[in-house]
Amino acid sequence: MATPDEVFEQVLAEETAKGSSPAVAQARAKAARVRAQRGSKNPSVPDKSTAPAPARNPDAGGSAAAPAAQAESKPAAQAQSKPAAAATQAKPAAAAKPAAAAKPAAKPASGAPAKRAVGNGSGAVPERVQRLLAVVKPEAIQKVERQPMDRVNVWPHLMAAEMVALLVVLATVTIFSIAVDAPLRELSNFNQTPNPSKAPWYFLGLQELLRYFHPQVAGVTIPTVIIIALFAAPYIDRNPSTSPDTRKFAIVLFSFFMLTFAVLTIIGMFFRGPGFNFVFPWEGGIFFEL
Amino acid sequence: MAKATGQSTRQKLAEKVDQLHNGQLMRSIFRPGSMFRRGYADSPRNRAYVVMNSLLYHLHPVKVKRHGIKLSYTLCLGGLSFFLFILLTITGIYLMFFYRPSVGEVYTDMQNLHTTVSFGLLMRNLHRWGAHLMVISVFLHMARVFYTGAYKPPREFNWIVGVILLLLTLLLAFTGYLLPWDQLAVWAVTVGTEMMKNSPVIGDQVQFALLGGPVIGPETLLRWYTLHVLFLPFIIVIFISIHFWRVRKDGGVSGPL
Repeated sequence: MATPDEVFEQVLAEETAKGSSPAVAQARAKAARVRAQRGSKNPSVPDKSTAPAPARNPDAGGSAAAPAAQAESKPAAQAQSKPAAAATQAKPAAAAKPAAAAKPAAKPASGAPAKRAVGNGSGAVPERVQRLLAVVKPEAIQKVERQPMDRVNVWPHLMAAEMVALLVVLATVTIFSIAVDAPLRELSNFNQTPNPSKAPWYFLGLQELLRYFHPQVAGVTIPTVIIIALFAAPYIDRNPSTSPDTRKFAIVLFSFFMLTFAVLTIIGMFFRGPGFNFVFPWEGGIFFEL
Repeated sequence: MAKATGQSTRQKLAEKVDQLHNGQLMRSIFRPGSMFRRGYADSPRNRAYVVMNSLLYHLHPVKVKRHGIKLSYTLCLGGLSFFLFILLTITGIYLMFFYRPSVGEVYTDMQNLHTTVSFGLLMRNLHRWGAHLMVISVFLHMARVFYTGAYKPPREFNWIVGVILLLLTLLLAFTGYLLPWDQLAVWAVTVGTEMMKNSPVIGDQVQFALLGGPVIGPETLLRWYTLHVLFLPFIIVIFISIHFWRVRKDGGVSGPL
């Protein structure tokens, strides 16, 4: 029965012979040593290590699961050829990254026999269920560096700002609510239509349009077109720029619609009197309640 | 002598507070790094823990782009819309205690809110003005997102979710508008739903389904009440969750112009 240190040396030698990069070889040897240590401390753990490695790793994901399935999965098959190439060329430091990238997929091919050998040697290596800690995209290992970016802690910088904004709005709404009461007119009476009858203010733009277009156009077609245009905006506007200088058309178009609707709404609010006819608020009074 | 006793009482009290602070109870409530824990120090690690080790982590990352917290860029409009939604939920629940959505009682309940219920009028005012403000802030939030080009890839889908949220906000505001059941409410809703009647082919059916009859009546009140207090808030919370989640998954607040 090999001691943990012997296991370490053994695996290290095997890995070096295979042409793994020093870092990878060290890591695998260390892992084997830990396994051997645990195994020797817990002799009661039944030795399952003689069973074929793939069948014992149900949780290990596609990468380490089954060499048989490996031929089917494309990335794994590609990765399989990589360590072979690395082994023949025996690249030193420069090969570290590609080898590391290929490692997960190549495990069953290169790592599993070694593990099994270790397992047989020590005789009491407990099998472990592997946890999925993270999924790393293939390109992430190559691109470890990120664009430098000026970043600040959410606590306290963002949260303090949020709290201030929240309190300002709460105070404003509360003071306004103390000062101005919400309207409550007399009980509804279906036989007495108020003159004028106005929709809630956010629909007054549409009600204003009813003065100019057929109800089907103003009440259905235009709102539908607006909603569809809003939904589709990111797919219609293919200009990738976010700078105002290079997207003048989009900004002008959007501003035009916003202003048109704001003007229509304001006319509907303040410039429409009895019969929804045009009045000047400073002459005929305001026929509008929020 | 008296002074000395006072001193020792204070000391004892401080000790007790100290014990409570270090005790199992407090330590089980506040996770490591919480600023409510004993000995919280302002360190980079604790700044990260405050977010990471709390429910906040579902809302905010540990760090954000410095540009992203600039008030002049976001104007806080999205956050304020969300805050107003919470304010409306709280005041709305308060109003629900005193409101019966049936034609016989509803107007009396409204009058009682104005006259006899403690804080009834204030809560109603907060609810109404808050609702108008939320419609405005959601609109302005949309305008801000458009002007900063924040709907562009990879944020196209979140823009769609945002438009859905805008529509849901309008629907919530509109369904709430009927509930006071006064002349203003009923006739404003009549005007609004008359427009829907003009939909091609299914216009009458749409109006019938919404009103629970050919004209506004008791069924409409109950229907719109249920939509307003249960159905639409339920839907909007789901979409708000998706919206916030996608903000983070798409890389946080959009980049500098």
